[in-house]
Amino acid sequence: MLRRIVIVGASLAGLRAAETLRARGFDGELTIIGDEPHRPYDRPPLSKQVLQGSLEPEQAFFRQKDGYDALALDMRLGVRATSVDLRVKRVTLADGTWADYDRLIIATGARARSIPGMTPRAGLLVLRGLDDALALRRELMNASHVAIVGAGFIGLEVAASCRARGLQVTVIEALPVPLSPILAPTLCEMVAAMHRDHGVELRTGVTVSDVIGEARVAGVALSDGSRIGADVVVVSIGVTPNTEWLDSSGLTLDNGVVCDGFGQASPGVYAAGDVARVVNRWHGDSPRIEHWTNAVEQGVHAAENALAGPGASTSFSSVPYFWSDQYDRKIQFIGLARRHDEMVIVDGSLADRRLVALFRRGDRVVACLAVNQPRALIRYRKLLAAGASWEAALSETGAS
Amino acid sequence: MKVVVDLNLCDLHGLCVEAAPEVFEIGDDGALHVLNETPEQGLRASVDKAVRECPTGAISIEE
Repeated sequence: MLRRIVIVGASLAGLRAAETLRARGFDGELTIIGDEPHRPYDRPPLSKQVLQGSLEPEQAFFRQKDGYDALALDMRLGVRATSVDLRVKRVTLADGTWADYDRLIIATGARARSIPGMTPRAGLLVLRGLDDALALRRELMNASHVAIVGAGFIGLEVAASCRARGLQVTVIEALPVPLSPILAPTLCEMVAAMHRDHGVELRTGVTVSDVIGEARVAGVALSDGSRIGADVVVVSIGVTPNTEWLDSSGLTLDNGVVCDGFGQASPGVYAAGDVARVVNRWHGDSPRIEHWTNAVEQGVHAAENALAGPGASTSFSSVPYFWSDQYDRKIQFIGLARRHDEMVIVDGSLADRRLVALFRRGDRVVACLAVNQPRALIRYRKLLAAGASWEAALSETGAS
Repeated sequence: MKVVVDLNLCDLHGLCVEAAPEVFEIGDDGALHVLNETPEQGLRASVDKAVRECPTGAISIEE
């Protein structure tokens, strides 16, 4: 019988798991453990509205209206889980306390990578959590020139937010074209051009060899020998999954917690969100996905299967989706475009920066990118979920 | 149940349209429309899915 469920990670995935367990009638002890002092909050606004100052940090918290009473959680915040013993089913916390479980859901997420060997100092920041966003926002108030290391979606959103604040911005990217592993070259060029048009200095094909400044950053030195002066340096070079606390657990860890299609890492132990690698029936692989909707879907899925048990579990299948807001553009992306064979713009144009692009691999449509075209995306999401052929996707275009 | 959408929060991600196409639609005007404000209980699971998957928390259910 299920009496106790422990969720490690007071995150979006962890919260949706908790909500699902209660909605499905689980009335036993439900513990949620979070290493930050904060209740679960929403990350997408951090790089945008919170940095720009249009949203106060407390508005980023979930369940502001509903509160937590109805969930009846044993919420343990500000304390890190340090290990799990799968045999006796016990999670041990950094303060010496523990939580015993019948089912465990791991949702510890990921943390921002820093530049290896770089000593911390004032003005050198990352953006991952609420406290990071507040620290960065404080720094930006007195800054004039910001250097951003890494032109991924977070780096580019921070760049757009800094421009909105009227700051001088330099973005440094090791790749010759930003985002090129995920999108087609012409689309990446379009995004790069958009930033340049908004006054961002984009330096590509170079890496940071050193951060200049002793007690406080004064800029960065680049691999081509040049230097960029900056009051604030933001490092946005991706994330590392938080799995160290599981090192001695016996769970399989390989760039995240390795799970089967049920989201199960071991009998009775599930993982969800940024930390998890769940086999996804849609693309037959188990990537680690750092998207908002993935955290929701896997949190719900893990909770449902934790209650259903092995006999009645369902396998995970989902078309990955993410979005990015930069300046006046909403970029939405569904599917997986890595290793695509062909990209076709079926609506709009690169020049207008308003378009719909489809990606083909073999004879299937595998991804769709929409820029300021939210309606189109809905149509293609359906086709992608159904595993539609390239022909079918193109004829859908004709029909519109 | 009564479905309420805060259009000031709606960011047109369209996940609700996928979850509950009987209830939500993005119209020709590019705005979200609630097709059925009081869906029958049989649609409860899909509407719940739409609520929890909305990235801006724009949808709520009043009993």
